[in-house]
Amino acid sequence: MSNLAVRVEDIGKQYNIFTESTKYTTLRDKIVETIKKPVSTLFNPAGSEKFWALRHVSFTLEHGQVLGIIGKNGAGKSTLLKILSRVVEPTEGIAEIHGRVGSLLEVGTGFHPELTGRENIFLNGAILGMKRAEITRKFDEIVAFSEIEKFIDTPVKRYSSGMYMRLAFAVSAHLEPEILVVDEVLAVGDAEFQRKCLGKMSDVASEGRTVMFVSHNMSAIQRLTQECIILDQGKMIMRAPTAQAVDYYLTNDFAGDGERKYSDDEIPTSAHPFKPIAIRTIDKAGHITDNLVSTDPITIEIEYTLAQDITGLRVGIYLMTSRGEYVFTSFDTDEPEKYQKYSVRKAGHYISRCIIPADFLNSGRFVIGMNASSYMVKRYFADERAINFNVNATGAPGMQWVELRHGPVRPRLDWTIEER
Amino acid sequence: MATTTLDLKKKPATVVIKPSKGWVGLNLKDLWIYRELVYFLTWRDIKVRYKQSVLGILWAILKPFMSMVVFTIFFGNFAKIPSDGFPYPIFAYTATLPMEMFTNAMTVASRSMVASGSMISKIYFPRMIVPLASVMSSVVDFFIGFVILIGMMLFYHITPTIATLWLPLLILLALVTALGIGFWASALMVRYRDVGYIMPFLSSLWTYITPVVYPASMIPEKWRVLYALNPMTGVVEGFRYALLGSTSSLSLPMILASSGIAILILISGLFYFRRMEKQFADMI
Repeated sequence: MSNLAVRVEDIGKQYNIFTESTKYTTLRDKIVETIKKPVSTLFNPAGSEKFWALRHVSFTLEHGQVLGIIGKNGAGKSTLLKILSRVVEPTEGIAEIHGRVGSLLEVGTGFHPELTGRENIFLNGAILGMKRAEITRKFDEIVAFSEIEKFIDTPVKRYSSGMYMRLAFAVSAHLEPEILVVDEVLAVGDAEFQRKCLGKMSDVASEGRTVMFVSHNMSAIQRLTQECIILDQGKMIMRAPTAQAVDYYLTNDFAGDGERKYSDDEIPTSAHPFKPIAIRTIDKAGHITDNLVSTDPITIEIEYTLAQDITGLRVGIYLMTSRGEYVFTSFDTDEPEKYQKYSVRKAGHYISRCIIPADFLNSGRFVIGMNASSYMVKRYFADERAINFNVNATGAPGMQWVELRHGPVRPRLDWTIEER
Repeated sequence: MATTTLDLKKKPATVVIKPSKGWVGLNLKDLWIYRELVYFLTWRDIKVRYKQSVLGILWAILKPFMSMVVFTIFFGNFAKIPSDGFPYPIFAYTATLPMEMFTNAMTVASRSMVASGSMISKIYFPRMIVPLASVMSSVVDFFIGFVILIGMMLFYHITPTIATLWLPLLILLALVTALGIGFWASALMVRYRDVGYIMPFLSSLWTYITPVVYPASMIPEKWRVLYALNPMTGVVEGFRYALLGSTSSLSLPMILASSGIAILILISGLFYFRRMEKQFADMI
């Protein structure tokens, strides 16, 4: 018997934009639509209201492989996972799955707030396809993993969101499927819990089970997967070893040279009242460019508007290497006096600007992620790979040796050599 | 969705995912594999239903009982509607009890798919389980209300006969009808939320066309089989026959007509539901 776990052949999923946008069809609409239909098809050729969320995607996956799936929002990642976990039906193509699929598409599905932790473990387990005997057998392990022993007989509506997530993840993680499908669950919970989740996932992988992992978290992708596929606008662009795929994903397909402008349709409605306009990298001479020199200061500008006052807003950047390692995170209200002054940021048009000092970055390609949030309240907008730029290290310290300097930074340090 | 699942315990099971066209099979095998989920969802519905209500499970008794009281005062005492020679309160209660179960099961089932939207758009399981569990959970209320019925029978000195053995089948007949309507309505409601407004109206209308406050013997003999095309006519008159020994208006053709229609509603509902199923996750 072959060792094939998943075979996907020419899978496609078509959505009807009309049905999507007007979610609640009423009979009256249907009647009106039926009357209008002959008229509208006359002026509006058929097919214009449909779009392919996913098309011509084919790949195979062997048992024991861990595959990362990366791509922008709306690239079709979730659609692919939903098809493979049988939640939605493909419009075309065929997929074969050898083994039980457990999906962590969204943990805690079917949790009822009125039921206790204990009751929800059984209910959620059953929804995920576990037998009662199986749940009973793993019950103690699940409770121990979730660290909520004391509250196991409390209704989950009284749980903190962290406890809720831990319990939900614990149930899903103990499903022990042959094929595990994971979508971004690691984005939640505190650092300790994320570490635990990652640990659980590598356990699953090392036990020879198959994992498909969708994430925007490049460092998690790199730690957990050997291979990745990249999706873009519903098409599979490449399948490559993880390092190569992440590099490609983070550095390719950028619109501007040193400037990324946001059009209205790219901004989710959840971002309101924050509206990003652009993010730019600017050199010493004040030109917008993506080719920068490490011996000069580098200016990064984020331009945005606020439709309403926001309390506690912080706008900031993540700097990453093209391999997805974080270099630093910084926000515009990091300084206590700025934090005081902008405790409520008034509606208006803003530019948040920062300067990466000269003699700081090593040569290479860097990616800036943007984030606008109110701490512990809401993440208005995030673009984990908003813009990227090249750093040229000509003139940087140590250039007399033609060698690769390890690490993302190449600071000019004040060395003294003391002779004794 | 055209899928084949082997037993989950045998490894590795192979699932083939491909687009399905038109009418699809019922895939009852999958339903069997997930049978424990029916139990858990039913149990959840029961457990959650009366949470945070002061009277709690008493509501299961109060609803049919209050209907019976109101019917007795207005229809029995003032309008002097005949009750086949039985005391009007028990005549009405033998009808309101199954009727309450039926309308309740039908209404809950019709809302069930939309109410479980978040589950349906994230996890695979046979969707038929959702309305099925809703219908099952209404049975519990019925049995609680049944305690009152036993009390009333003692009060009126009515001795149950061997005909009482028909009750399980009559309950099944009501549930089959409710489930059939539930399949139709819940699948339609995913697409057309109007169904949510129709259901309460349908429930009260159905109560009027069923011999709840009046006996079926008021209907002219020649129309009775036609009248029994409403499966609840068979159920309600059957209840009166099984519990009170009323024979004045129930005939075999009536029961057959009721059962036939009930099965027709269930089977057509099942197939319609399965046909619509593949769109649920996209539309809900």
